[in-house]
Amino acid sequence: MNDMTLMDKTVDTQKIKIAAKDVNVYYGDSHAIKDVNVEIEDKTVTAFIGPSGCGKSTFLRCLNRMNDTIDICRVKGDILLDGEDIYDKRVDPVQLRAKVGMVFQKPNPFPKSIYDNVAYGPRIHGLAKNKAELDEIVEKSLRRGAIWNEVKDRLDAPGTGLSGGQQQRLCIARAVATEPEVLLMDEPCSALDPIATAQVEELIDELRASYSVVIVTHSMQQAARVSQKTAFFHLGNLVEFGPTGQIFTNPEDSRTESYITGRIG
Amino acid sequence: MPTFWLVALLLALAAVGFYGGRRRAVVSAGGDVKKLHSLPAYYGYHVSLAAFVPAVGALAIWLLAQPMFIETRVSGMIPAEAVPETSTLGLVMSDVRRVAEGLDLAVEQGLLTPKEARNAIAGEQDLRGLMGEVGVALGDSVRPEVLSAAQAYRNLSNTSRTIMTAVVALLAFGGFFWAYARTHKDFRARNVVERAVLALLILAASLAILTTVGIVLSMLFETRNFFGLHSWTDFFFGSTWAPNFRGDSELSILPLLWGTLYISFIALLVAVPVGLFAAIYLSEYASGAVRSFAKPLLEILAGIPTIVYGLFALLTVGPALANLFAKGGLLGVEWMAGATSVLTAGLVMGIMLIPFVSSLSDDIINAVPQAMRDGSLGLGATKSETVRQVVMPAALPGIVGAVLLAASRAIGETMIVVMGAGAIAKFSINPLDSMTTITTRIVSQLTGDTDFASPETLVAFALGLTLFVLTLGLNVLALYIVRKYREQYE
Repeated sequence: MNDMTLMDKTVDTQKIKIAAKDVNVYYGDSHAIKDVNVEIEDKTVTAFIGPSGCGKSTFLRCLNRMNDTIDICRVKGDILLDGEDIYDKRVDPVQLRAKVGMVFQKPNPFPKSIYDNVAYGPRIHGLAKNKAELDEIVEKSLRRGAIWNEVKDRLDAPGTGLSGGQQQRLCIARAVATEPEVLLMDEPCSALDPIATAQVEELIDELRASYSVVIVTHSMQQAARVSQKTAFFHLGNLVEFGPTGQIFTNPEDSRTESYITGRIG
Repeated sequence: MPTFWLVALLLALAAVGFYGGRRRAVVSAGGDVKKLHSLPAYYGYHVSLAAFVPAVGALAIWLLAQPMFIETRVSGMIPAEAVPETSTLGLVMSDVRRVAEGLDLAVEQGLLTPKEARNAIAGEQDLRGLMGEVGVALGDSVRPEVLSAAQAYRNLSNTSRTIMTAVVALLAFGGFFWAYARTHKDFRARNVVERAVLALLILAASLAILTTVGIVLSMLFETRNFFGLHSWTDFFFGSTWAPNFRGDSELSILPLLWGTLYISFIALLVAVPVGLFAAIYLSEYASGAVRSFAKPLLEILAGIPTIVYGLFALLTVGPALANLFAKGGLLGVEWMAGATSVLTAGLVMGIMLIPFVSSLSDDIINAVPQAMRDGSLGLGATKSETVRQVVMPAALPGIVGAVLLAASRAIGETMIVVMGAGAIAKFSINPLDSMTTITTRIVSQLTGDTDFASPETLVAFALGLTLFVLTLGLNVLALYIVRKYREQYE
């Protein structure tokens, strides 16, 4: 973990990976996301913060069209990934999800061996020509997930037998194995203890080198620790979006300040 | 005193006990209910229970034990010579009971004085005619040893009833006064009632278990009788099922078992894929509207009586198959002799099992956590890939359990095979042949006018017990599998 103070955080301007324009999301009659505009940069960790029910997870799930699996959910507006609208009819949501990986709140390894968990995505998408290549992908992904050393001797053991923190890192390795361009993380540490949380946060910081990472979190300390950009959501609106240091020390909107100082939320 | 009045007396005593106990408790607290340990009604229940439960328990046990006791005492009085060649002790004893009953009725209707009934001597009076007048028909004139046994029977019954009434009354009043005396404001009546409730619940649970044990035991005894008359090697290892009523039957279970398993196999072949796919569609793909409409509709199938399925097999499926495969059929082959066949019964039974399999599998698939599906979809898997590679493996143990439960239903099914499968016991691979099953043979061996003590009838119990063991084994295996893997993925 870097020990820089918030103001020292470097914000190198990167190219825009995902651009959302006037996004509105409805669950049946309820208006969950209202006119959200946000630009997510490549090779950057972007944190979404806000009180419960503010729409940050919903918005995150729009970015890889996971909301398609919910019947009553409707999405309006444009979300562009590398300039292409992901809600365009020509886009296959299944292919999109391989490009935009996702890690969930609760570790959810499949009831399979550790090896098969990681090999799941590559097998589905035919990323490996033979067993040797698959082995290589699995090892590389587990190393990326910072869990290789702990599991390399028991790749055949069930993934569900690992500890909570290990399971979450396994899930990250599983997401990384499909070679995504963006990693979405929905409160990835909320089910973990402080030590496992620290390990996962460290991992997120390392992943920044290769991916654009978007993380939803309830912990403002976590947002401050891992992210370069922060977006504050409130009641379905994107209230403020900017460099993390600025949001936490010098917010422009009074609502952001209230939330950060603990008065709303 | 007749049992009815005895029970009425106990109920009255319990009612009196309730009000008495409640009042005594309130009085002991000086009229202030707050000073009582328990609510006043609990003191009432306590006295009621103490008066009623031990007395009724004693009554029930006595009523169960008395006939057995008297029977052994009286049957000991009948000399072995008195049992005719062609009869058994059991038949003589039923004569004794009938004569005793006739004497009772005669006394009741005033045809005999109690004294005459006690001292009647066979041959001196036309007892048979007398019995006929009160509605007890006897096949023969009353023989002296039967009459004396009947008189002893009556004596014992009367004495025993008197003692029973005394014991029950003693217990009831004893319990009543003991509990009444204990009723005091500090007495913990609430805890006593709590224990009584617990006892009631345990009684209900053990009743179900004891009944099962009773069923097994009754089958076991008859099965033992059967193996006393017929060799067990023929039953288990013979190859022919040919009961005839001259004796020398060949009663082997193997051809029946073959028919049973063959039909069940075909039924599962139909029910498992269809039921499972229906369950997958309903739980993974169907929208809420379709699901709320289709699921109850599918479950209606489960509510159709099996005899109706049997009719369907007999009238529709059988003739349709015969149209295809029998002589002069559409396919021009002659593989089928009649409408009844293994395939007919198997297909219809499979249809019957579809809702059973789909409903159980649906519950199991729904129990797979949504997080598993999200994880797979989030990696870019399609819905069917997710179902095949993540949901099914997670649900598999439960589904295996469901299939085994369906199998044990198929093996025990009777009506459909009676009407659809035919009655010929044979080994054949051809599914268009008519075959028969264990259940249908049990029905046909037990119904009809045959001697109950013959091996041809008793074989039904041996068959039943084998069937019971078979389905029990399957159910235990199913439960074991479901239990063993159920927690693993949560």
